[in-house]
Amino acid sequence: MSGHSTYEPKNAFSKWLDARLPVTRLVWDSFVDYPTPRNLNYWWTFGGILTLCLGIQILTGIVLAMHYQVGGATAFNSVEHIMRDVRHGWLIRNIHATGASMFFIAVYIHMLRGLYYGSFKPPREVLWLLGCLIYGIMMATAFMGYVLPWGQMSFWGAKVITNLLGVFPGVGQSITTWLWGGYGVDDPTLNRFFSLHYLLPFVIAGVVVLHIWALHVVGQNNPTGVDPKSKADTLPFTPYATAKDAFAMSLFLIVFAVFVFFLPDAMGHADNNIPANPLQTPPHIVPEWYFLPFYAILRAIPDKLMGALAMFGAIGCLFALPWLDTSKVRSMRYRPTAKICFVIFMVVCIILGFCGANKPDDQVIPGLAGFMLLDANANSWVWLSRIGTFYYFLYFLVITPMLGLTETPLPVPETIASPVVANAEKKG
Amino acid sequence: MLRKITLLAATLGLLLGAAAAPALANTAEEPANVHWDFEGPFGRYGKAENQAQLQRGYKVYREVCSSCHSMKLVSFRNLGDPGGPFWNPKYKNPNDNPVVKAIAADYQVDDIDTDTGDTTKRPGIPADRFPSPFANDYAAKASNGGANPPDMSLLARAREGQGRYIFSILMGYENPPAGVTLNPGQHYNKYMAGGVIAMPPPLKAGQVTYDDGTPSSLEQEAMDVSAFLMWAADPHADDRKNTGIAVLIYLLLFSGLLYLAYRQVWKNESH
Amino acid sequence: MADTAQETHAPVQDDPSRRDFIYIAAIAAAAGGAVATVWPFVDQMNPSADTLALASVEYDLTKVEPGQQVVILWRKQPLFIRNRTPEQIAAAIKDDNAAMKDPQKDEARHKPGKAQWLILLGSCTHLGCVPTVGGGEYGGWFCPCHGSVYDTSGRIRKGPAPLNLAVPEYSFLSDTKVKIG
Repeated sequence: MSGHSTYEPKNAFSKWLDARLPVTRLVWDSFVDYPTPRNLNYWWTFGGILTLCLGIQILTGIVLAMHYQVGGATAFNSVEHIMRDVRHGWLIRNIHATGASMFFIAVYIHMLRGLYYGSFKPPREVLWLLGCLIYGIMMATAFMGYVLPWGQMSFWGAKVITNLLGVFPGVGQSITTWLWGGYGVDDPTLNRFFSLHYLLPFVIAGVVVLHIWALHVVGQNNPTGVDPKSKADTLPFTPYATAKDAFAMSLFLIVFAVFVFFLPDAMGHADNNIPANPLQTPPHIVPEWYFLPFYAILRAIPDKLMGALAMFGAIGCLFALPWLDTSKVRSMRYRPTAKICFVIFMVVCIILGFCGANKPDDQVIPGLAGFMLLDANANSWVWLSRIGTFYYFLYFLVITPMLGLTETPLPVPETIASPVVANAEKKG
Repeated sequence: MLRKITLLAATLGLLLGAAAAPALANTAEEPANVHWDFEGPFGRYGKAENQAQLQRGYKVYREVCSSCHSMKLVSFRNLGDPGGPFWNPKYKNPNDNPVVKAIAADYQVDDIDTDTGDTTKRPGIPADRFPSPFANDYAAKASNGGANPPDMSLLARAREGQGRYIFSILMGYENPPAGVTLNPGQHYNKYMAGGVIAMPPPLKAGQVTYDDGTPSSLEQEAMDVSAFLMWAADPHADDRKNTGIAVLIYLLLFSGLLYLAYRQVWKNESH
Repeated sequence: MADTAQETHAPVQDDPSRRDFIYIAAIAAAAGGAVATVWPFVDQMNPSADTLALASVEYDLTKVEPGQQVVILWRKQPLFIRNRTPEQIAAAIKDDNAAMKDPQKDEARHKPGKAQWLILLGSCTHLGCVPTVGGGEYGGWFCPCHGSVYDTSGRIRKGPAPLNLAVPEYSFLSDTKVKIG
């Protein structure tokens, strides 16, 4: 938001308001006249899509809270009351439950886009950190939200993940007891999770404001990674970016609607339709899909404390990324080796997701006998997740710092407009 | 442009693939691959022959399952809701539906006498939930050899395989293979995780006499009661799919308009 | 769907009518979609199906002695079922032509031939307090909150309340059984 404002109040009222609270000026400068690199592709539409997701989750969440009755004895039945008796309750709850998954799909695409095009590199470190913070709060919110229906997966997920915090030597037990408000996951736990689940989305919204503020200070990155140098490199946000964002949002909503109306159970887990029972563990506890890669990293390491540290470390790598990457070039478009490593990284994340969904000792390739390697069969999900975990950390801690120093990037264009013009000429 | 969209779709597909990663790697057989007409985006419970199936399924539930399995989340009035087994367009309010009233009155539900404070029984009304066969979980366990018969309201959605799983369990009783020893009160069922189930085979051919004359083979009974339980677990399915089709048509048209608007805006700008 | 607003100063000026048509159609579609989306979020606050299912109750009148009133809960509100004595009925009819805020004959306030049974919503028409039976100078009801006085027909006679106590929709299933709602 550097430079002077081009907003000109048109009538007496807007002049009066502008002198007292320049809110229309702020909106004008941020979302209308804001210079946007002209070469942004569809991967750049996910910022707007994420704002839409947050809005949908907050709106449906507030409505659900009007009908939800927190408490071990009432939570499960009140969710079913919403699904069966509340007018349009099934719709609103399906949107909220599916919306969590859609939110994470969008956020992962948004983050991978940032990784690929180097959007975390100077001067966008704070922008990236705020994004990581949003992602962290999102994970906490989603985790606590999943506990609220108080089904079997809710209960046991809460128990397993809170127990994870008990690994820290000395204070672990005190932390879990404090978190539970008892000797196990119970009504007090559910009540505080509900309270925090209601609070955190508004915290996210606050950090989103900071995220957008930081974005508007440093300006948007773009597929070339080259800073805009002249007016020819940019277009006003409205109508150019808004038109593209609106179209992308509509496409996103189509995918969203397919899940809400035709595949409402696809993202959930059948066991969560059984009321919580503290005496019986489901045969196979899995978190929601968006946590699976981290869950796989947790289970890859046979030591509880080290496993937990690896899991938190995997998220921590994201925060450290701006200082791990040594490349002078932002966009991987001009870094062929980095591009290959990045694609492998994406595939590894998906493989880790599958590892998290399967039982560690089951065979990856059915029927292949394999052989014992240290503590487990080599043809098992646990070994696959170890390989994946190894590459995950290798990517962040070795490849990213080393590659920037050793690789020879392709020639980078002088300006954004130059490859654009070249493209236009090629198209004729 | 098209390439980019394809790329986007492929990425989404991959992510969703990860989401749908099978969480079932147990020893049981995969549920039988059967289908019902009301499944899929265009299937409806409200279709006449599907409603007839729900009515037969309700009869199997009433005469067989309900002696051990509760269905606590379902009210009698739900039977007369749109898409339900006894929906009748003449009675928009299911509480007035005579079939529903008769079914409700056939049950005795707990109540409290407001004059004396004693617990009493009275005939059910459409607003009541289905009463449970046992007073509480402990009584249910004690009467069933230590295994609590699960509540059936959400059963079809509480198992991987949904209705197919219920159908398969009903059809899957066999003599135990060599090497499997059963304790008294245990039965072998190839679709059950671990193969051992406490429920004795609940259905046999001809157990229920259907009012519509449909021959009651074991398979027919199993299909019908599974259909009924799928409806009970997801009573708004018809409404959901109808709304979904309308929403998708709207979004497709809207996306088309937005695409045209987007092209119009960017017409003279290279990018 | 919110920020689909297309700017009016489009970059191209070639075919204004086609351009404007697309923008107007897109904005109109967005507005229509938004309105259709808002409806479920508004309607969800209306009574849910289980609440509606309990909207009517049946009551056995033999439990009410002459001269007594029983209060039952109906639609989460107090409902007065009063078994009036002949004197109370006579007092009500005597005042049929008296000056009242909300003039009504006594016979309009009970079912034909059932003058003894007065069934009223126990909610003062002023601000919703529960009037006490037998209070006030007319022997009907007296509202302790702001002093409204009702007669033995439940008609407002004094005080700030604007209307008579409301008669709910009900019917006699038999001589001794009523269905309210």
